[in-house]
Amino acid sequence: MSIDKETVKKIASLSRIAITEAEADAFVPELNQILGWVEQLGEVDTSKVEPMTAVIPNQLRLREDVVTDGEIRDKILANAPIAEHGFFAVPKVIE
Amino acid sequence: MTAIFEMGIVGIRSGIADGDFTAKEVAETFIARVSAAKPLNAFLVETPEHALAAAEATDKAKAAGEDLGKMAGVPIGMKDLFCTKGVETTAASGILKGFVPQYESTVSANLFKAGAGMLGKLNLDQFAMGSSNETSAFGNVISPWRRNDGGNADLTPGGSSGGSATVVSGRIAPAATGTDTGGSIRQPAAFTGITGFKPTYGRCSRWGTIAFASSLDQAGPMAHDVRDCAIMLGSMAGFDAKDSTSLDLPVPDWEAALNSNLAGKKIGIPKEYRVENMPADIDALWQKGIEMLKDAGATIVDVSLPHTKYALPAYYIIAPAEASSNLSRYDGVRYGLRDLPDGAGLQDMYAATREAGFGDEVKRRIMIGTYVLSAGYYDAYYTQAQKVRTLIAQDFDKAWNSCDLLLTPTAPSAAFGLGEKMDDPLAMYLNDVFTVPSSLAGLPAMSVPAGLDGKGLPLGLQIIGKALDEQSVFNAGLAIEERAGFVAKPEQWW
Repeated sequence: MSIDKETVKKIASLSRIAITEAEADAFVPELNQILGWVEQLGEVDTSKVEPMTAVIPNQLRLREDVVTDGEIRDKILANAPIAEHGFFAVPKVIE
Repeated sequence: MTAIFEMGIVGIRSGIADGDFTAKEVAETFIARVSAAKPLNAFLVETPEHALAAAEATDKAKAAGEDLGKMAGVPIGMKDLFCTKGVETTAASGILKGFVPQYESTVSANLFKAGAGMLGKLNLDQFAMGSSNETSAFGNVISPWRRNDGGNADLTPGGSSGGSATVVSGRIAPAATGTDTGGSIRQPAAFTGITGFKPTYGRCSRWGTIAFASSLDQAGPMAHDVRDCAIMLGSMAGFDAKDSTSLDLPVPDWEAALNSNLAGKKIGIPKEYRVENMPADIDALWQKGIEMLKDAGATIVDVSLPHTKYALPAYYIIAPAEASSNLSRYDGVRYGLRDLPDGAGLQDMYAATREAGFGDEVKRRIMIGTYVLSAGYYDAYYTQAQKVRTLIAQDFDKAWNSCDLLLTPTAPSAAFGLGEKMDDPLAMYLNDVFTVPSSLAGLPAMSVPAGLDGKGLPLGLQIIGKALDEQSVFNAGLAIEERAGFVAKPEQWW
């Protein structure tokens, strides 16, 4: 499977990374080289193998259904590029 | 007496306990070393006040006759992947420039609780993605080591924990934290002649550690020797309810149980690690390592890990896939950089912010991860890679039927020059060929310095153990350390 410039642009768009035409051109051979190399995994017979889910057997724990955080609004907003009236501020999304 | 700056954790701890010097003197010594080491570009932020405050607390506790913590009076370097309360933390990425965590990572909190102070935040490959520390947004870290050919070529300290490796090997900090996803503790330790330990997945909490690939990331110590690593890991590890993959198990006293007598232990030599084009120096070192372990009483057995060659390609699907998901949080809304072009909407803001904030290697991995997780390709790439990962873990399980530990080289070469491999991502990825398989299986592994190559550069040997059997890894590491007599240090040129 080799990917072309249009595919690169689509991946960049899905990744929410703006790229220029020149960058897209540069990514085509790079990504193809890497993907071509990982494709050797296809030669391994995995028909009777389960995909890995946890490397070390470990049970997910349950905890009491109580609030363990909260009341830290200002700390959460402390690093926001723009925070207004106790909220994160973003460009207008609804016309 | 050895100069304070030449000391590791054990030396500092006993010097303070015996009253040879105060913790304050230790802190001041290393703060001066940090100030003088700027040409190496190892620190992103210096925090002398933190080191001094911890030292004062130690001196006070000692004067009051209180019990001192296991890291009391030891000022360490902190890889800038650990969130530190009130101290800028960027993961060496432009997208987190100015980010000041409002909380402390569990690992750094544990170390501070044990009495450690912090000299500063250490440079690394951006988001820990790289093997040479050349992907940092804030410049390369330079190794204190130079080849003995009379040239002054700047060498890589390895990566991603390159700052950590540089400060420990340059005696700029007595120890430092590292993180290891596919070899990021062990390869830089090998490149700089220090000792680095990656514990079993789940031993150290990942809470507050900036995520790269969550099913692989583990914190660990980078220090002068095996005993220092055992002490420091004991102070980093432990159950943490805030990390759902944290292991709810007691932390053994690895230091107390150190024992380099390997009688009854079987050491496996995996034949698949004898790769093509391996430098003769490394092959010879491996053979010497085998002799050292025999001398310590161990029996050597040949083993096979048949899926080894598929570990790297599986890793370079799984790690980017997890990274693409983890790094989706950098959106210019909640923290870090925001790039809002004139008149841009929300989607444009995301794309512009991520374009401006991420470095090339980070973008490359996010793109690969996005591709292998995308509709139509998920099963062919991601599911297949996770199945191969199962086979790789089963290879180790089968090997444990005939041995207790594995001995391999840590890296396929000595440190290379900065710039030598940056234009070929794939060649760079091959650095991790010996370290990635044990990462995929979540196993404890360490690198111990064992010799120098023909150019006078350090080489490391790797010991891999069974899950949760850190003790045997430490013990075999100690057996090598005692026999290798590795005392080489970089000459101070900076």
